[in-house]
Amino acid sequence: MIIIELIILAVSAILLLVITLWKRKSPAKLHEIPALAQLYRLLGLSVEDGTRLHISLGSGSLLDARGGSALAGLAMLRHIAERTSVSDKPSVASAGTSVLGLLSQDTLQAGYRVAGVEELYAPTTGRVAGLSPFGYAAGAMNISQDENVSANIMVGNFGPEVALITDASERVNVATVGASDNLAGQAVLFANTQDPLIGEELFSTAAYLGGAPSHLASLTVQDILRWSIILVLLGGAVFEILRTI
Amino acid sequence: MRVFTAVIAIAAGILILSGYFFPALVGMQTLLLNWAIILTGVAALAGIFNLISVHTDKVRRGEKGGVYSALLVISLIATFFLGIILRPEHSAMKSLMNGIIIPSEAALLGILTISLIYAAIRLLRRRVDVMSVIFLLTAVFLLFGSATLPFGEIPLFGTLARWVTQVWALGGVRGILIGVALGTLTTGLRVLFGADRPYGGS
Repeated sequence: MIIIELIILAVSAILLLVITLWKRKSPAKLHEIPALAQLYRLLGLSVEDGTRLHISLGSGSLLDARGGSALAGLAMLRHIAERTSVSDKPSVASAGTSVLGLLSQDTLQAGYRVAGVEELYAPTTGRVAGLSPFGYAAGAMNISQDENVSANIMVGNFGPEVALITDASERVNVATVGASDNLAGQAVLFANTQDPLIGEELFSTAAYLGGAPSHLASLTVQDILRWSIILVLLGGAVFEILRTI
Repeated sequence: MRVFTAVIAIAAGILILSGYFFPALVGMQTLLLNWAIILTGVAALAGIFNLISVHTDKVRRGEKGGVYSALLVISLIATFFLGIILRPEHSAMKSLMNGIIIPSEAALLGILTISLIYAAIRLLRRRVDVMSVIFLLTAVFLLFGSATLPFGEIPLFGTLARWVTQVWALGGVRGILIGVALGTLTTGLRVLFGADRPYGGS
């Protein structure tokens, strides 16, 4: 079993490296995801209107499997920070764990640095809003309501408590875009947002915001692996049917 | 400095990952994970200071909701010093926990129930499409299928509800989880290669 895992990991790593090099030369064509198209529009609108974006990174710990969604949220934050750094009201990021809060500060600062306006960076734009899921939801609700926020972008690990954040946002007419790696959170976001992001779409946000070739390559690798799994599942089912006949 | 942090992060990531495949590296993996846990504890303190600094800043600027921020800072500092003086196992500290923090979270859970019902009602106003209709009908159907009724189970409902949850919903859940796992895998690899550096990288 460990050998199979090692092979999957090695194949994925090699594919990611090769496709990243290939994506540097050929531009990517991405199919449209309504929620991400809306996110792109909201980014532009917030800079034009002089309003703030609130990026909620959820309560994902980097020491367990939920870290993937947290890292995907940080990759998206990096691009948003770069684009909105010169806005009158810079974007605010909130996190439900301390480590994620510290990383959000670092990520925001990196975005400002790349945009050439590091002096405008304020450490308080990366925040820890609470240290339990409900505590975090209570803290994040206030940011949307009190700080002239035009859009609330939630990408990370959220449970059903995310309904409190979306509800608070909707009361003050703040647009919401959300994705969670938690199934209960996804179901709530499906019902509570205009255009929900489902499943692995969470991991494509950075690529759709004009990410690096590695972000585009990771989407292609996911597609290749997904098709491989589909073929294995179908092959296994056919094999089992033939075996029983 | 940025190169140095990237080298440390990538080396630590590769060593921890290798520990899952090569038994000889398990000791190193455990050591690094223990260090990570200690650093997470230190980060928790830094996170609390961040919370205090954000909210004192709000109070200082007289921003909207500043009163609540002041209340939060005062409560946080009071609880912190009480905890140091009395120790966490003291009855007063337990009363604080059982009398304020747990009921507050329970109240939020109560509000969440209302929010979810309200969200379901508004779903068709927000987005009228086939998937929304299926989502809503399935939710109502499953609620009826699992509800305890005075006259017992509605004929066929329970069986159908179990079929929907154990076949259709479970299949969908597995598909979504496989997608999430693939996304986590490629995101992790990007961090391992240093393509994404959320730790002070550019």
